[in-house]
Amino acid sequence: MPEGTFDTNIPYVVRAYEPQALREALRKMYVIRKFEEGAEASYMRGLVHGTMHLSIGQEASAVGACLGLTDEDKITSTHRGHGHCVAKGADPARMFAEFFGKETGYCKGRGGSMHIADPSKGNLGANGIVGGGLPIAVGAALSAKRLDTGAVTVCFFGDGANNEGAFHEALNIASVWKLPVIFVCENNKYGMSTSTERSTSVASIADRAVSYSMPGLSVDGNDLSSVAEAVDTAVARARAGDGPSLIEALTYRWRGHSKSDRNRYRSKDEIENWMAKDPIPRFATTLIEHGLMTDADVTALEAEVDAAIEAAIAFAKESPDPLIAEVTRDVYTPGSAACTR
Amino acid sequence: MTEPQRELSYAEALREAMDIALSADESVVLMGEDIGVYGGAFQVTGDLVHKYGEDRVMDTPISELGGAGVAVGAAMTGLKPIFEFQFSDFAALAMEQIVNQAAKIRYMLGGSVSVPVVMRFPAGSGTGAAAQHSQSIEAWLGHVPGLKVVQPSTPADAKGLLLAALEAPDPVMIFEHKILYKMKGPVPEGHYTTPIGKAEVRREGTALSIVATSLMVHKAREAAETLGGEGIDAEVIDLRTVRPMDRETVLASVRKTGRLVCVYEGVKTLGVGAEVSAMVAESDAFDFLDAPIIRLGGAESPIPYNPELEKAVVPQVPDILQAARDLAAARV
Repeated sequence: MPEGTFDTNIPYVVRAYEPQALREALRKMYVIRKFEEGAEASYMRGLVHGTMHLSIGQEASAVGACLGLTDEDKITSTHRGHGHCVAKGADPARMFAEFFGKETGYCKGRGGSMHIADPSKGNLGANGIVGGGLPIAVGAALSAKRLDTGAVTVCFFGDGANNEGAFHEALNIASVWKLPVIFVCENNKYGMSTSTERSTSVASIADRAVSYSMPGLSVDGNDLSSVAEAVDTAVARARAGDGPSLIEALTYRWRGHSKSDRNRYRSKDEIENWMAKDPIPRFATTLIEHGLMTDADVTALEAEVDAAIEAAIAFAKESPDPLIAEVTRDVYTPGSAACTR
Repeated sequence: MTEPQRELSYAEALREAMDIALSADESVVLMGEDIGVYGGAFQVTGDLVHKYGEDRVMDTPISELGGAGVAVGAAMTGLKPIFEFQFSDFAALAMEQIVNQAAKIRYMLGGSVSVPVVMRFPAGSGTGAAAQHSQSIEAWLGHVPGLKVVQPSTPADAKGLLLAALEAPDPVMIFEHKILYKMKGPVPEGHYTTPIGKAEVRREGTALSIVATSLMVHKAREAAETLGGEGIDAEVIDLRTVRPMDRETVLASVRKTGRLVCVYEGVKTLGVGAEVSAMVAESDAFDFLDAPIIRLGGAESPIPYNPELEKAVVPQVPDILQAARDLAAARV
């Protein structure tokens, strides 16, 4: 083929990434799925104190968006953030430990499922407030620009956040200041129970980009390659100093909003249709079809992840609880004046 | 200091603090509405944009939630932003980022990240700007663990507390009374800090303790001079920091005088003076009280427009005089 052209039958990620990176991406997708299944099972056994928001079915958007990022690049995440954590390099053992409220957890048992963060890997944290991470992501991008680090920030949020004021303020500021931030909307069709059709004035959330003079693109969020291609393009644009982009990844959560959800707002048919579009076997098939893995490799990988998750749960169970005497320890930085009362 | 000190206005002192910080530390940036060529709604940033450029003295859109959140995210990732609200009342538009994010991120994330953001709030009544531009909301933010809240009453402390806030690793909220911006006072040259969490005894006395904040410190001092002429020797304590509150200075004064009046401009109910009073009532200093504590705070009302009404809803010097005379005469 002449230079600059390519076979469009070969997916973007197969062209753009080393086989090892793609096998790692598939591994992370399995880790997310099995972490969340393990979390759900642990919840049923009473090991988890609070609620949880599972992203089962959305693994491709988390892993695809983070595929081209380095540890210097930042992400901000959401209440449905386990996938983003794993995609950005979090250790499932410390994630389970956080879930179980243990001192060895990412937040030392103070944050729980909704606040898992790992700043050492560029993960600035999940967020319990819908839209809470959007301005923060823009701030991280401002730091990168001012300090000239070359880093970008990927800001994950859901369709629910697109109607928050914080979304509109954040996109406007990012655009006016041309900051290196990529807004990735994981549109799973429902903000809790309310569909985007009933809540959102535009047919596609990507159309919001027009108001903020930035590229807006809607992609199949269950196709890892499509997500990675869109985000990588936006990352390149951001790194070049050309400012932010908005990407909408169309996807679906198989489980309810949280543990209290009785699925009264959607049909069994709808759920089953989306389950048939499971992003994990889809990506595995891509790797097998292009000779990057065999069926046996995939089976072995899955078994390896099963064992890792089992070990992670055991680590979390055996970890110590935080000390009640240290309950206020991290409210203020040690050595700085704390509240005297 | 033995040399006679030069005088600066409160606004000039704040500007000098920001100038020192911008000049010493490349990671310091100013953000806010109209703080660039306009110089800030109260001319606090003044001409700093000409010295440091628009990349470091950044006009934000009118976008309090977004702007405050950008400052929070920048503080988490290597910058030291000073975010100016045009009026403290507009904090209501940004409470999500201040209360749910800035204050809690360090704790929620198990101490793995700090949020060294400084937010400045022009506060208080007396300008005829009515209900949405005149509030004293320090108790709102003082109620939130994770924040530090200061209220400088003098130009020297305005500079010293701002420089201390920049050295603090956690979010610091600075409430600046608008009426004080033009007040002049001695201000030391160069870099120094006023400790966060330390009150200052402005006038020593033995008959009663007046614990005041912000503009009320000046009213309390004026009242104390009059009371001195009447043989009532009042001690005036400038609280300076609302959170963390300087327990020791307040309790020591009450143990000495046995009488306490709290004077603050925020709404009296559930306000700063309620906390000071409770702090005394819960401590050994309670045993030293010779009379019930008196609180003088803002009325149960929004701030009205009419100048006489506006004065009526916050403590004035005659109110302090009356309370002090009653207190001095009271016997348990």
